[in-house]
Amino acid sequence: MASPEISPAAGGAPPSGGTSRIAARARLEEALLPSLVALLVAAIVGDALIVSFGQAPAAVFRLLLDGTWGNSYGFGQVLYKATTLTFTGLAIAFALRAGLFNIGAESQLAAGGFTAAVVGLSLPPGLPWIVMLPVYVAAAALGGGIVGGVAGELKSRFGAHEVITTIMLNFIVLALLSYLTSTYLKVPETLHTTEIRSGAVPRLADFFEPFHGSAANLVIVVAALSCATAWWYLFRTRRGFELRAVGLQPEAAEYAGVRPGAVWTRAMAISGAIAGVGGLNFVLGYKHYYEEGFAGGAGFLGIAVALVGGTHPLGVALAALLFATISQGGLAVNALVPKQFVEVLQAVVIIAVAVSVPEVRRLLRARRRNA
Amino acid sequence: MAVLLFLAQTLRIAIPYLFAAAGGVVSERAGLIGLTLEGYMLGGAFAAALGSYYGHSAWFGVLAGVLGGALLAVVYGVSAIRFRADQVVVGIAINLLAIGVTRFFLRLAFGSSSNSPRVTGFGGEQSGNGFTALVANPMIWLGLIVIPLVAWMLYRTPFGLRVRAVGEHPAAATSVGVPVTRVRYTAVILSGVLAGLGGVYLVLDQHQFTDQMTAGRGFIALAATIFGRWDPSRVGVACLLFAAAETLQIQLQGAQLVPSQFVEMIPYLLTIIALAGVVGRAVPPAALGRAPE
Repeated sequence: MASPEISPAAGGAPPSGGTSRIAARARLEEALLPSLVALLVAAIVGDALIVSFGQAPAAVFRLLLDGTWGNSYGFGQVLYKATTLTFTGLAIAFALRAGLFNIGAESQLAAGGFTAAVVGLSLPPGLPWIVMLPVYVAAAALGGGIVGGVAGELKSRFGAHEVITTIMLNFIVLALLSYLTSTYLKVPETLHTTEIRSGAVPRLADFFEPFHGSAANLVIVVAALSCATAWWYLFRTRRGFELRAVGLQPEAAEYAGVRPGAVWTRAMAISGAIAGVGGLNFVLGYKHYYEEGFAGGAGFLGIAVALVGGTHPLGVALAALLFATISQGGLAVNALVPKQFVEVLQAVVIIAVAVSVPEVRRLLRARRRNA
Repeated sequence: MAVLLFLAQTLRIAIPYLFAAAGGVVSERAGLIGLTLEGYMLGGAFAAALGSYYGHSAWFGVLAGVLGGALLAVVYGVSAIRFRADQVVVGIAINLLAIGVTRFFLRLAFGSSSNSPRVTGFGGEQSGNGFTALVANPMIWLGLIVIPLVAWMLYRTPFGLRVRAVGEHPAAATSVGVPVTRVRYTAVILSGVLAGLGGVYLVLDQHQFTDQMTAGRGFIALAATIFGRWDPSRVGVACLLFAAAETLQIQLQGAQLVPSQFVEMIPYLLTIIALAGVVGRAVPPAALGRAPE
């Protein structure tokens, strides 16, 4: 069985029997290779764009790294952006495990931030954050969860495709939030509410001075815990097993006694709740108010995060760091090339991943058959 | 007079929807999800600004806009057809790509991060609400006939029959000798051209390109495609209906009868209701979103 190229330990695959090691290696290859191919394609396109603007790619990429991982403020900003992207990426990955495409993370994120802000504005000032945080998490999860749950229910009850309903719900929910904010909560001449004076989450700079000025805050711990909980739910509980079974083959799951409709509704509600909690990063950790448009595309970038992360919670967190680095890096290189070039890069990464996932799998399987 | 003004404004708002929704029908009937309409429109709009600015003629703008929409459609087509990539993922990415590329080249070509300089449109310098400007604009006339043209193509030509076969049952189409891949490529590029024209109309009407100027119109067109159940004439009516609602909201702005945000929701709410099948269920083409074996 063992061909020469399989013998080097494949990135932490357990040293067990031959076939399972080959299977683990195959899984790892299929999970990692498309992302690597995508990054390579993105690097080539990035070079072309940089050259088209008359700059040297090496200098631009060095500046990008210096402005992100090279200093503590830039790194703090990367962590802040990665926190929101972890939530939206995890939300989308979670739904994908159930075979559902949640394109609605953008409005679920906004809805979560909104409900948290409404709760915060109605609380007396000065309550300690450690007591309030669970309340805020619950409020944000409820806001996002309702939006996601509606899409899930539309699918399980009426068979309405979740891709279309979540897109339509994005527009509906954002318009509704805009109406509620502008009619009842807005500070005149702005797009945001008054300040929440209860339970603001400490920034990382409060514990570690060099982060000073960056928006990174303790909601990042909630993000890490969410990843861990999602992993435990998906891979260590009966419900998670049912969810993945429905995602792989709904008819087979139904034959085994699982009701796909119930799983779809639950999965979309949880997915929406995860995205909703992401709203806390901006509302409680950064600005201490709800502002129209704060989601700023993080819900759509979450699709890229989920895919590059291989729909695995750990992969999602790493992919969120990658995309946050690219976002923040755009600001760092703006003096040399327009920061918009990173938006092109992000889109190219998504297309390249989508293209290379089926293609790489096909090539790898063909090679294994011939081996 | 008030009625005429209402109709004229409805028409102006409906034209980009009609173009993009015509593209949506062609794409989705061939089995390719029309999530990309917004991106095609934006790409077409920016290319039209480039063409009209550097060519000093609105017709160069039209030509460039068509190419811009088609180019993005080729990226979508190659990814989804040749590489069998997930259409939803690539579709979303095409929209992000259109935003990023137009912003980048706005800086590169015009040195601005918000808008292009003034470009040549139809009817010289005069624009606005006048009927003469409306009648003199060939894009209006093209927009009015685009839906009948697509209906004729789908139901009265061999190509249209092939498009419908490919979108419903590609395996059966293959078995009777229809070149499925070629039909899909043709349909997706045609949809890029049509939706691109919607963007062209916006730029030539407003005499400039502004960042993200399509502002979700491609998604309203997608909503119209679904609400009109993928049938050109119904889709055309849906476009006019959505545009009329917007016009009503604009003209009643002073009265404040209904908040504008609730009028914005109408197309999306109607689409969800149509999909949920409360009154006569909307059933998509059978092979929509699938790559044939």
